[in-house]
Amino acid sequence: MAAEKSERLLNLLIMLLVQRHYVSKERIREILYADSSPDAFEKMFERDKDELRSLGVPIEVGQIDAFFDDEPGYRIRPDEFALPDISLTSDEAAVIGVATKVWQHARLAEATTEAVRKLTALGIDVDLTALDIVEPRLSADEPSFDVFWEATQERTPVRFDYIRSGDTEVRSRHLQPWGVARYSGRWYVVGYDTDREAERIFRLSRVQGKATKAGPPGSYEIPPGTDVSEVARRLAPEPSTERVVLLVRKGAGHTLRRGADDVEEGVTGPDTESIWDRLVLERGALGLADEVLGYGADVYVEEPLALRVRVVDRLRAAVGEAMIGETA
Amino acid sequence: MSAQPSAKDQVARLLTLVPYLHAHGEVRLDDAAKALGVDPDQLFGDLKVLFMCGLPGGYPDDLIDVDLDALEGPDGVRADGVIKVSNADYLARPLRLSATEASAVIVALRALRNGAKDDTREVVDRALAKLEAAAAQGSGPGSAPGLAAAQIDPGDGAADTDLALLARDLQTAADRGRQVRLSYYIPSRDEQSERVVDPRGVVTAGHLYLDAWCHSAEAPRLFRLDRIDHAEVLDDPVETPQEGPRDLADGIFSQSSDVTPVTLLLEPEARWMPSYYPVEEVREVGDDRLEVVLLVADERWLTRLLLRLAPHARVVSPAGYADTFTAAAQRALSLYG
Repeated sequence: MAAEKSERLLNLLIMLLVQRHYVSKERIREILYADSSPDAFEKMFERDKDELRSLGVPIEVGQIDAFFDDEPGYRIRPDEFALPDISLTSDEAAVIGVATKVWQHARLAEATTEAVRKLTALGIDVDLTALDIVEPRLSADEPSFDVFWEATQERTPVRFDYIRSGDTEVRSRHLQPWGVARYSGRWYVVGYDTDREAERIFRLSRVQGKATKAGPPGSYEIPPGTDVSEVARRLAPEPSTERVVLLVRKGAGHTLRRGADDVEEGVTGPDTESIWDRLVLERGALGLADEVLGYGADVYVEEPLALRVRVVDRLRAAVGEAMIGETA
Repeated sequence: MSAQPSAKDQVARLLTLVPYLHAHGEVRLDDAAKALGVDPDQLFGDLKVLFMCGLPGGYPDDLIDVDLDALEGPDGVRADGVIKVSNADYLARPLRLSATEASAVIVALRALRNGAKDDTREVVDRALAKLEAAAAQGSGPGSAPGLAAAQIDPGDGAADTDLALLARDLQTAADRGRQVRLSYYIPSRDEQSERVVDPRGVVTAGHLYLDAWCHSAEAPRLFRLDRIDHAEVLDDPVETPQEGPRDLADGIFSQSSDVTPVTLLLEPEARWMPSYYPVEEVREVGDDRLEVVLLVADERWLTRLLLRLAPHARVVSPAGYADTFTAAAQRALSLYG
């Protein structure tokens, strides 16, 4: 049964692809649906067209005869149907191979692999097997991600329940999504809020329950020149970083040195057992005290004071002395 | 979206299979199945459908020719049979990328771009430009995948491109039996080192590791890929017998005998530790505290770990390790006068 339908779909595709002109519905029925009643044919043909279109097959509808508009015809233009030629150098093919390992999201990982299989079918050599050791990193666990991704592509309005930061009340929101962006490790959707009549940003992890599409595709235009990442950066809360000044023993603290904006060598240090260098870094506070502590007596905190107090307190607690500030 | 085998999926596979065969000439059934990510039996089933398709004339010459006899033996499908398909030139090109496919691959490449160093970034840019052009070209009215992808920004930190490419290069060097010169950072000693190794393979155990015979140590060693600053594949063939990498399923210390089991008591603030470090045992000991057993090969590594966790982890046994840690903390504290 499934095989029979596959044959019909593929034969329909071939028929519309090889004809230079529109093919009439009547001829399609004669050749591919000869055993079906007129009613059954209508239903099957509609469904078959939809299935081919959902694969991305561009079926065009047009008038066969310019003077009579009662008979529509169908065709697939080869240049619209086929993937254009792409020639890739081996290093370009290598990064595209790695791209198949990026998504940690089942549907998009599969879509990426499918795209690469089509490239392979063009004769491009992309080795997918050598990369099984690489861990995917781009996750999108938010349940509403798929809806916003699709809505962005189709330009479909979305309705969803949302809790604002620091708020407890769930509110229903209506948005024309312009795009989704990942910022500081979190996904956001930006767009035009039709209730507030202004551009807004929403964090997907704060969307409650299911987001639903509320309108037909192509309902609105994305303002020309919209740069989604720019809007996200402008509207999303800034991740806080601060200026950190550390004294690091010569030959130590390699990881810190790699992230340093500025290194001043041979400065006066807290002891004279070695030469010391001064590192200036721009960093978020998260995990910094842990990292500094890991270096033991090879790293000394000059600034900020809060970090210094945290480090000293934790060391005192570890050796059993009274603390000067609050517990970290 | 359904898991049921559907006619639609079968047609999609055939639209990739025919151009694949067209581009690659004569291909064995199992090779084609592997390249296209399908089961050989399924691929054979797909070819049987193709056999029934062709031009709308209805004459035998109009049908696509598939040599099914070459693929069927007395015991069923022959994986080593060579696929021969002809009379299907009008399907010689794959279907263009769907909007979702184009966006998914373009956004994945953008994530790679954001996570890459300059040299790699330049390569990714070239690949992106070609794919974006292909996605935009020939796409019908109303659907412009290239444009749709423009609305998705994966941001920073979504991909570790250089690490992935490094893993690929090192695995290739291992497969080809070539020596590699490594510039490697040893965190337990906070030290940068240069060494030449015979690579055996890239393995994963929490992190990615290169298993290799180290010429300086004259012993097998594991190198964490994210601590390799630079790796240069040399033209010299490996000096030790080529063997596959070790199986790290039992943890990275399982082969080594000179390790000490160390028991730590973790306060609630340090409960996250066992998810990030290989531990042998985890026990709940009340008040939200954990007791864990770690295998320690290098005491300096343990001291650094305890300093990071200070004051929320302490050594239960052996006592000597506790003293070393307290001394290190005391020394660090003395810097602040």
